[in-house]
Amino acid sequence: MSEVYLNGKFIGTVENPIEFSDKIREGRRKGVISNNVNVYNDKIVGNIHINDDKGRLRRPLIVVKDGQPLLIDEHIRKLQKNEILFSDLVKQGVIEYLDAAEEENAFVAFSKGELTNEHTHLEIAPLAMIGLCTSLVPYANFSPGARVSIGSKNQKQALGMYAINFPIRIDMDVNMLHYPQIPVVQSVMHDVSNYNKHPSGQNIIVAIMSYKGYNVDDAVVLNKASINLGFGRSTYYRPSIAEELRYSGGLTDEISIPDKDVKGYKSEKDYRLLEKDGIIFQEAKVGEGDVIIGKTSPPRFLSSMDQYNFAPSSRRESSVALKHGEEGIVDFVLITESSEGNRLVQVKIRDQRIPELGDKFTSRHGQKGVVGLIVDQADMPFTASGITPDLIFSPHGIPSRMTISHLIELIAGKVGALSSRYIDGTLFDVEPEEMLRKELLSLGFRENGVETMYNGITGEQLEAKIYIGNIYYMKLKHMVANKMHARARGPIQLLTRQPTEGRAKEGGLRLGEMEKDTFVAHGASLLLKERFDADRTVVPVCEECGMIAIHDKFKNKLYCPICGDNVEINFIEISYAFKLLLDELKSLTIHPKLVLKNKY
Amino acid sequence: MNRLFKKYEGKLPLKVINDIKEKLPKKISEAKLKKILEEVVMEYNKMLVQPGESVGLVSAESIGEPGTQMTLNTFHFAGVAEMNITMGLPRIIEILDGKKTIETPMTEIYLKKPYSQGKNIKKLALSIKETKLNEIVSEFMVNIAESKIELRVDEKRMESIGVNYPVIQKCIKASFKELALSKKGDSIILKLSEKEKELNQLFKVKEKIKEVYIQGIKGITQVLPIKKGSEFLIITAGTNLKKVLELDFVDKTRTISNNIFEIASVLGIEAARQAIINEVFKVIQNQGLNVDIRHLMLVADTMCATGTIKGVTRYGVVKEKASVLARASFETPIKHIFNASLIGEVDHLNSVVENVMLNQPVPVGTGLPGLVTKVKREPEWLKNKH
Repeated sequence: MSEVYLNGKFIGTVENPIEFSDKIREGRRKGVISNNVNVYNDKIVGNIHINDDKGRLRRPLIVVKDGQPLLIDEHIRKLQKNEILFSDLVKQGVIEYLDAAEEENAFVAFSKGELTNEHTHLEIAPLAMIGLCTSLVPYANFSPGARVSIGSKNQKQALGMYAINFPIRIDMDVNMLHYPQIPVVQSVMHDVSNYNKHPSGQNIIVAIMSYKGYNVDDAVVLNKASINLGFGRSTYYRPSIAEELRYSGGLTDEISIPDKDVKGYKSEKDYRLLEKDGIIFQEAKVGEGDVIIGKTSPPRFLSSMDQYNFAPSSRRESSVALKHGEEGIVDFVLITESSEGNRLVQVKIRDQRIPELGDKFTSRHGQKGVVGLIVDQADMPFTASGITPDLIFSPHGIPSRMTISHLIELIAGKVGALSSRYIDGTLFDVEPEEMLRKELLSLGFRENGVETMYNGITGEQLEAKIYIGNIYYMKLKHMVANKMHARARGPIQLLTRQPTEGRAKEGGLRLGEMEKDTFVAHGASLLLKERFDADRTVVPVCEECGMIAIHDKFKNKLYCPICGDNVEINFIEISYAFKLLLDELKSLTIHPKLVLKNKY
Repeated sequence: MNRLFKKYEGKLPLKVINDIKEKLPKKISEAKLKKILEEVVMEYNKMLVQPGESVGLVSAESIGEPGTQMTLNTFHFAGVAEMNITMGLPRIIEILDGKKTIETPMTEIYLKKPYSQGKNIKKLALSIKETKLNEIVSEFMVNIAESKIELRVDEKRMESIGVNYPVIQKCIKASFKELALSKKGDSIILKLSEKEKELNQLFKVKEKIKEVYIQGIKGITQVLPIKKGSEFLIITAGTNLKKVLELDFVDKTRTISNNIFEIASVLGIEAARQAIINEVFKVIQNQGLNVDIRHLMLVADTMCATGTIKGVTRYGVVKEKASVLARASFETPIKHIFNASLIGEVDHLNSVVENVMLNQPVPVGTGLPGLVTKVKREPEWLKNKH
């Protein structure tokens, strides 16, 4: 007897669990029960789990009966003639979707050849075992699983062509690759998933060698000529949005060039690019601090009398300006209405991103790296036939990661480029490496992919033969231009008077607890004090009550709010954070009395 | 010659002087010896820590950084009687936090001469082990009709730990006076007195009697005789250092437990300090790490400085700190500030943390030296002139 659970809830018991679960499966194949239903017979515990809820990962398999797959050549022929669809096969019960639980009860054959009477299912193709992005990794069965999944994660971050109608779309943080190419080494998934209609990388020549140490630790060296020819070039789009919001009392924001008497008026120079309507014109070059959409808002706090006060000066500046470190060209201006019916202005700014030091590139095998040096083509190593690599990859990235697929793609790409055809690198169904090598030999190259190369600077022949060929490389969305940050002076927080945090706010880089400890350990006491001087303050202290006194700068008078002005008051230098601590103690009804003593 | 050495006793540690004495050639002139000693004093002073060096923080960093690399595994002894010992980071935390009850208490018993060569080692070990009645009794039979309990004794087991029937009977008698004992074959029969002839009572006695103490040292739950080098010693799980040291076959100079608190109460705080150093060092070496022993000495010193063992926690070492702000900056700040305000505590800002909070130079390294001469305050007549 087994307990039966439907979506995790107990619904009853059955006498014969095997017969019961077989019956449900039978019904599902006949179409009596929805094909969303999955049954799992837990033989150890003796429970049956029936699931039909959402959120289960499922994959299709061919149903096998008595050692024979239900999918026959007739089906294939009809599929090719477009007489039936994949979904028809599911309806007929030839193919069914199993979830992770039901797979526990299934015995899946890898290929048709190994089918026995015990098998219940057959893989459609080995490729169906892995996900969409992972199946885009060529020769994936030659690399460790960890690297393959890193490779598939990296592809998600690659720049490409995300939508054809991008010029009229307003999306946040968009990158467009300028000359995307179809990969030479492909899997069938590239065709099936329409990847070839919107690819996200470029086929480039890669040499696996070291270059003056500029490609150590996962760095890569780029050829300047390749960059000038368009390798890795992309455009970054970012919209700025302003809405004319309505407030209580009939007041609204106003998109226009702000008057000079508006509260918080920046400077005339910042508004210079605005047209009469307060919006910037297309193709205007903008930089840091430039106003893109001029806007004014009504005062923040309205007293009851202010409603009748028509003084224009009470309005507040609330324009949209470019933040610290941003620049670009105005690409597209859109004036519409928001869902509340307010006037809405959206301005898209475009910025061309040419590969630079620190940009991130990757092949499809989890071999990501950052640009360490950009070299003139003249200084690049060259082969006997005069080919210079577009990118130099460090050999130290290979042994520990064991990404053999990366190495095979190099040969495969070379063969594909030389014989002008696409190479099939579908998982477990690849063009064999031996064939590629033979073809490479027949094309007049060394069969193992290496070539004699010459030092680009001295012209000397390199002692080692260099492994060189074509690999599909992608530019990842992490670019230095979006991340680079440093500061010497800058904005501080209102409450603590300490530097702000984060790149967006031009913040400081925190010298933390453990960093502080290193200063103490070195005995660099005065240097430590200097580092923490960011919130330094000088405050008067009443010697009588030990509390912070008041310095009236107008009258140049010192007095204590408790003891009056007939007491001795001296200045001390402390961190503002400590002054805050004293205030907080006072709020806890604790009297923190400062007792002053001459320092010397 | 000896007078010369005596002169240097204040300048050099005794061990260094003894080393020089040992290594010195037989014939050496006084002048040459003086030259040597002067040179040694110079080198010795060079090696001393500079005033103002932040030794505490350097120790903390030197122990803390390798600690991040330590594995959390506990290792196992391979052997017949397997013993589990807490090792690695959990053990270090246990020691430095000053935990009173440790996870795996253990004693290493060194033996005196004939026994240390392996004489009667197994018997000796078993005689130390705390034995209870149910370990030598193979069966407890309850006779309800006659309100009797029959204990079938495992004679082999009895022999191996060296007890006989009279001893057992004496032990039972000691804790259950009202029971009538008799022996029949390999069994001992207990008869309840007429007064307590209830069925309930019978089963209660049966359970209680299992725990009757027969022999050995209380607290020692497991023994393991091992050979270390050319010498036999006994390792025990569970400790009772005081009782172990009272045994006459034990080498009292080397036998040690791994419970710091036990050592402190039996052998004193100096021994406990050394035990902390040894135990932590053992773990660090076991992990293949390299920490200078002087860092551990400093930690052990601060833990034992008050005469009792204080863990490095907010209830131990941190509580002893003189500064309110320093205590408040380490866990439960409000509690410390409230208590300080109740008694009107004064913080003299003498240490590092307080001064970092106030953004003042910390009194270590370059922040330490001050002026010896007193700067005169501005005279009155000058003040009025401004």
